[in-house]
Amino acid sequence: MREKAKVSDIDRSLYDFRLEEKDAFKVEEGLTEEIVRQISDEKNDPDWMREFRLKSLKIYNETPFPDWGPSIEGLDMDNIVTYVRPKDNKMVADWNEVPTEIKDTFQKLGIPQAERESLAGVGAQFDSELVYHNVKEEVAAQGVIYTDLESALWGDKADMIKDHFMHLVPPTDHKFAALHGAVWSGGSFVYVPPGVSVEIPLQSYFRLNAPGAGQFEHTLIIVDEGAYLHFIEGCSAPKYNVANLHAGCVELFVGKNATLRYSTIENWSKNMYNLNTKRARVDKDGKVEWVSGSFGSHVSYLYPMSVLAGENARTEFTGVTFAGKGQNLDTGTKVVHNAKNTSSYINTRSISKDGGISTFRSSVTVAKDATGSKSAVSCQSLMVDDISRSDTIPAMDIRTDDCDIGHEAKIGRISDDTVFYLMSRGMSEEDARALIVSGFADNVGKELPLEYAVEMNNLIRLEMVGSIG
Amino acid sequence: MSNKNILEVKDLKVSVKEEEKEILHGVNLSVGEGETHVIMGPNGAGKSTLGSSIMADPRYDITAGSIKFKGEDITGISTDKIAKKGLFISFQNPIEVPGITLFNFIKTAIETKTGEHIRFFDFQKELKKTMEVLNMDPAYAERDLNVGFSGGEKKKAEILQLLMLKPELAILDETDSGLDVDAVRIVSEGIKEYKKSVGGALLIITHSTRLLEALTVDRTHVLVDGKVVAEGSGKLVDEINENGFEKYL
Repeated sequence: MREKAKVSDIDRSLYDFRLEEKDAFKVEEGLTEEIVRQISDEKNDPDWMREFRLKSLKIYNETPFPDWGPSIEGLDMDNIVTYVRPKDNKMVADWNEVPTEIKDTFQKLGIPQAERESLAGVGAQFDSELVYHNVKEEVAAQGVIYTDLESALWGDKADMIKDHFMHLVPPTDHKFAALHGAVWSGGSFVYVPPGVSVEIPLQSYFRLNAPGAGQFEHTLIIVDEGAYLHFIEGCSAPKYNVANLHAGCVELFVGKNATLRYSTIENWSKNMYNLNTKRARVDKDGKVEWVSGSFGSHVSYLYPMSVLAGENARTEFTGVTFAGKGQNLDTGTKVVHNAKNTSSYINTRSISKDGGISTFRSSVTVAKDATGSKSAVSCQSLMVDDISRSDTIPAMDIRTDDCDIGHEAKIGRISDDTVFYLMSRGMSEEDARALIVSGFADNVGKELPLEYAVEMNNLIRLEMVGSIG
Repeated sequence: MSNKNILEVKDLKVSVKEEEKEILHGVNLSVGEGETHVIMGPNGAGKSTLGSSIMADPRYDITAGSIKFKGEDITGISTDKIAKKGLFISFQNPIEVPGITLFNFIKTAIETKTGEHIRFFDFQKELKKTMEVLNMDPAYAERDLNVGFSGGEKKKAEILQLLMLKPELAILDETDSGLDVDAVRIVSEGIKEYKKSVGGALLIITHSTRLLEALTVDRTHVLVDGKVVAEGSGKLVDEINENGFEKYL
């Protein structure tokens, strides 16, 4: 008899520790005009923002839930706490001043260490508010702004924010965009001036600690003409038995001849509904590069979108999605070619295991005037066992003959031959399978800075090896 | 030559998994420590099935008989454990594994086998030296395991693993198939190096004799239709080379 490896639910102790909630300020559960006004007061919004929130709430109430994609029936908005401010919160630029318990949380996640070693700046959000934000002096000296959005609303770039905030993702986009507009809190504002190249990445880390809460951070990044930035976001949360909701919003504005790389390793706990909206607008000769690893959450709807607005604008999307037990991850990407000679390159992998469902959606639109444009979509899926599911749903809307469009999709399983080959060199079946899956996800691994690639491989190992019972 | 057998296969019957079809109908075979044995036979005789079954290939079921390695019954234990005991198989069609370099793969395999960490520079040095023996471009160390390798490079990569992992018994499954004359010579050099530096036993599965010319064969087994029909010394190889399998069919 051959021994069969038992692969069960994973040991998430690395991310799964919780901090006892003490004296945090919270609004009531659910969503009413009163709650939105209360959040607005708490946050000291400018008038226009308060109006924006109330208008968004109205849109939210008028917009139906999506009638496609994975079920979100388990998400009862009347039970979600939309705003939780950590006790005694004030945002600081010195780790020593972060409250000890929160500091411990981030230390366990390796955040301050990463900052010392390899980042130009770090933001850390705990529940609804930023607790820490700092940018290295030499980066700030180049005129780079990296701060929380709330204080930026009162700073030098207040008008710039007003001109961009939720212009790319308007509250009318979908129900959760409207929700975001009404209750957003936290997140980051980044501005990179013309011609400035930020050599090492900036990172924001989002931690949702409170049970039954929502996190609605807003990330607004403006990379001006000829500038370069690599921005990394990481997210995690401990697991609770009640649903948590993440409906963040990311808006990226990439100027002429500028490049922005936006990397995400998302590892929400498996009670999380991750209904996140990310969108980039790219001007002439500019480029946005998305690197996206989706590992956590119970249900995800996530389709980062690139609007190629100027001639020769480019986008690359490199993604991996891993759906394990009890997960239904609906991910993909959208591209709109709106100008001549624009190009998009999409390369994704999805993995499903233990009954997990992984769906990849791509949407490519080429406008009538976007002649000479190119798009290549490649999606590969790997099903680790017989009970998991993987779907690929491509959509294309091509309005001109003068373009070059390609799509390829491949669905496969882990081959017994490969497992045997690796085992014949002494690797256990679990290690062999983990190695095959990591290799499959290597498209993303190759694009990440080393320490994040290592973290991603650790996540894959956790998912694949788990506890041996 | 020692009298002690490193491998003893007794009355081995093997079927394709979930099929009634029996491929090996009671095979007996013994290999002494450090000896070089050859299994010859026409296509479809079950030679590769025998090699794979010894390594517990999941495509096959062992329905009767036993396999002993170093006196210990290994019938039914998992492939990785068999490998850790000191058995190795060089694949006829080495598998492409994206995402791990040849370098990291061999290093991981050695560390898994010994349970000990090897120093990066020590490993790098030994790997480089061994690749030179096989006339392999050092750039292959940093390429993903077998991915895009030519047939010849894949076989060399197998022999490289053999030399680095230093097993006590290596099964070489059709290692010479699909190779040109020069590649056969290099692979053959690698095998000689294994005999010299490791001193392990070999069970060479082949239906041609090109690879054997440079080796001293201790024993030859002729496998036809799932049974060993003849056994003899190394000279049997020459005889078959001349007359083919006609008289055993």
